[in-house]
Amino acid sequence: MERDRKKHWDLLLIGGCLLLSAILFTFSYLTSGEGAGVIVRVNGEEVERYSLYDNGTYELNGGTNTLVIENGAAWLSHADCPDSLCVKQGKIRSNGQVITCLPNKLTVTVYGSEESEVDLIS
Amino acid sequence: MKASKLSILSLSVSLAMILSFVESQIPPLVAIPGVKMGLANIAVVFALYKMGWKYAAVISGVRVFLVGLLFGSAVSLLYSTAGAVVSFLCMVLLKKTGRFSYTAVSVAGGVMHNMGQIAMACILMSTNILKYYAPFLILSGTLAGIVIGLLSAVLVKRINVKV
Repeated sequence: MERDRKKHWDLLLIGGCLLLSAILFTFSYLTSGEGAGVIVRVNGEEVERYSLYDNGTYELNGGTNTLVIENGAAWLSHADCPDSLCVKQGKIRSNGQVITCLPNKLTVTVYGSEESEVDLIS
Repeated sequence: MKASKLSILSLSVSLAMILSFVESQIPPLVAIPGVKMGLANIAVVFALYKMGWKYAAVISGVRVFLVGLLFGSAVSLLYSTAGAVVSFLCMVLLKKTGRFSYTAVSVAGGVMHNMGQIAMACILMSTNILKYYAPFLILSGTLAGIVIGLLSAVLVKRINVKV
């Protein structure tokens, strides 16, 4: 009886966590659209914006990370940190997607075509 | 403090540190910052059930501090402290209710550890990346928590220490 009761609460908590992540995944899938460009932030400060339609390779943050933009997708091709997790995060192209480099406190966020103005004000 | 208590406490701290080190040597499965197994939490959950929350708090705190000092940086120390504090408080509270098993307590610990870390990242970088990473981190925290919870349950049942 005691065991069954515990199981009930366990299922509620674990199921709740899984459900919550499923809802959040669905939400971010539904709200994502085609990206217009990327915003590069270092320490939360916006340092640069690049359009996703202009192909190019850019050195970010004084050369700690290298950003590549090609055919509407952006990715980091090089990082000076030991784990290079940001490079492994791969390509981003949809509105709201982020690449984060924690050691260099750098983020690359995709913004959508409608969102860009709102973002400028905030 | 009795010598036996002190030695079991130190043994648990070193076990937690070894587990942290072993984990740092395993290449990440998914390229998302913050996603990990949380092997060191086995020692914390074990201590929480066998020795009480005060011992577990010492193990978790000393482990975070020493691992940050030895293998990490000032920034990584901030991330892991935020994660460890939130996760620990949550596990202690859930255990106190008496309604949850090891697995559920460790799932809550795993999820909250990730949330604490991402919250700290948002504060440090003053950027809202929470929205994008939250679903990944909740899912990975849950899965890792289940594994760690099952392992801890086995240890709590098999290892006989009286403190």
